[in-house]
Amino acid sequence: MEYFVQQLINGLTLGAIYGLIAIGYTMVYGIIGMINFAHGEVFMIGAFISLICVMVLGMFGLTWVPLALLVTLIVTMALTAVYGWTLERIAYRPLRGSPRLAALITAIGMSIFLQNYVQLLQGARVKPLQPLISGGFEIMRREGFVVSLSYLQLFIWILTLVLMTIFTLIITRTALGRAQRACEQDMGMASLLGINVDRTISLTFVMGAALAAVAGLIFLINYGVIDFYIGFLAGIKAFTAAVLGGIGSLPGAMLGGLLIGLIEAFWSGYFTVEYKDVASFSILVLVLIFRPTGLLGKPDIEKV
Amino acid sequence: MSPSSQMQPGPEPAVKKSLLVVEHLTMRFGGLIAINDISFVAADREITAIIGPNGAGKTTVFNCLTGFYEPTIGRLTLNHPQRGRFMLERMEGHLIPAQAGVARTFQNIRLFGAMSVLENLIVAQHNTLMRASGFSFAGLIGLPRYSRAEARAVERARYWLDRVNLTARADDPAASLPYGDQRRLEIARAMCIEPALLCLDEPAAGLNPRESADLNRLLLDIRNEHGIGLLLIEHDMTVVMGISDHIVVLDYGRLIADGTPEEIRSNPAVVRAYLGEEEDEDLPEEVAHDIDVKREDD
Repeated sequence: MEYFVQQLINGLTLGAIYGLIAIGYTMVYGIIGMINFAHGEVFMIGAFISLICVMVLGMFGLTWVPLALLVTLIVTMALTAVYGWTLERIAYRPLRGSPRLAALITAIGMSIFLQNYVQLLQGARVKPLQPLISGGFEIMRREGFVVSLSYLQLFIWILTLVLMTIFTLIITRTALGRAQRACEQDMGMASLLGINVDRTISLTFVMGAALAAVAGLIFLINYGVIDFYIGFLAGIKAFTAAVLGGIGSLPGAMLGGLLIGLIEAFWSGYFTVEYKDVASFSILVLVLIFRPTGLLGKPDIEKV
Repeated sequence: MSPSSQMQPGPEPAVKKSLLVVEHLTMRFGGLIAINDISFVAADREITAIIGPNGAGKTTVFNCLTGFYEPTIGRLTLNHPQRGRFMLERMEGHLIPAQAGVARTFQNIRLFGAMSVLENLIVAQHNTLMRASGFSFAGLIGLPRYSRAEARAVERARYWLDRVNLTARADDPAASLPYGDQRRLEIARAMCIEPALLCLDEPAAGLNPRESADLNRLLLDIRNEHGIGLLLIEHDMTVVMGISDHIVVLDYGRLIADGTPEEIRSNPAVVRAYLGEEEDEDLPEEVAHDIDVKREDD
């Protein structure tokens, strides 16, 4: 029981990271119907920018953790969003209207490019960061086994919850969100109502990148080490989460992220840690075979 | 006209202001010439109908007007009563409705099916809301300026829902509406962008006679009350002859006649274009009327 609760806590934390990245996949898929395989790299860049930002703040003597985290969060979201915007502008927009395969190959190309770009600039070695937030609550204790919820995990949950709420509000309540949903359904018609489709797509990339940046920051402070390759696995897992939840569906991406996080945590806890990736990707295969629309997805009807 | 009536100071003949000027419009797709050197003028506060047999190039004209196609040759000038002159063929797609005020509906209805009826009308006011909300961020914090803009947008949407009798269905998904209601909703949505020119592609297609009569009334009201120009593609001659102020006839991509309904009715070229082909449903009114009478007898 104690073990179960502990894995549940760990799984939810992991799920928060996957969920935040998965939203980027699902939004971009929803609006332009392509899988942005470079999104994992955007997450990795977010982690690097957070690390650099924390270091720079430390250099200037800003070591009070809450303020440092807030500044890092804002700077990381902003800079990573610029990466997201640039990615769309130079790699995807020129291919608008070309076959999906072209965009997909470009996405994979951008993914490789960004990995090498960071490797070249930051080196291939892992980058460590000393823990910023330590301590925690002790929830349960029996026979020497302590179930703990660290302040760090609590911070991650709250941050994720707040961001997802803001995000859901943007999509459902604001003019921008309405324009995004309109473009998702019928781009030509949206344009005929005066909606700037190109700008709406750019903003979708910006929003997805900002959320991936937060996931990067969380990854950094949760694990304490990053390297240029973290985007690959995290990106594919988040993609799995988006497919599990139903690609194109926002609540689906959040739910899928949580489920993948939990599955991984429990698999590592009760079976073997070595095969946790097998567990997640088996889910991907099973979903694609038995329920291609995912848990909350709508059946994809090809538009004429 | 008798000499005595000429003496009477009758209502001043309104000076027609040209709203849309189409000059030498030509659209080629490879070797296919879809429309060839068409020129006509649509006046402000008038209903201009574009008619012609299937494949005459009517919808292509609309596609050029609304930025879907870039014309091979030709000029499309829109004289907006408030905002000045726009060269439509040089404008980016989304600016044509946003700045020049050209709205359009489709032959095959293109509503946002997953959104509610009301939301379909609010999404059409996107630019106003975007500006008021400072790209949505102010809207998120809930600044009063944005809530006021949104309240106005909802009010306008409600007004149009009322005009097309859909108030009761405001919160239903647009896709769940019956066909006739969807058509009216599409017109309401187009009106929500506050257009100067409303282009309607076969608005009466698939409507029953009662719905069709309601539509005529709605279109006339839009012209009279909102003072905008309408451009209409229509096959239903009772609609065309009933409400148009001006008719443009196309055949095989060329303009074959241009005039008032009375002139068009007696134009030999038009009659030839329509009657020269067998089994064409687009008949002049007299013929269409005869057939209707026969059908009713059956």
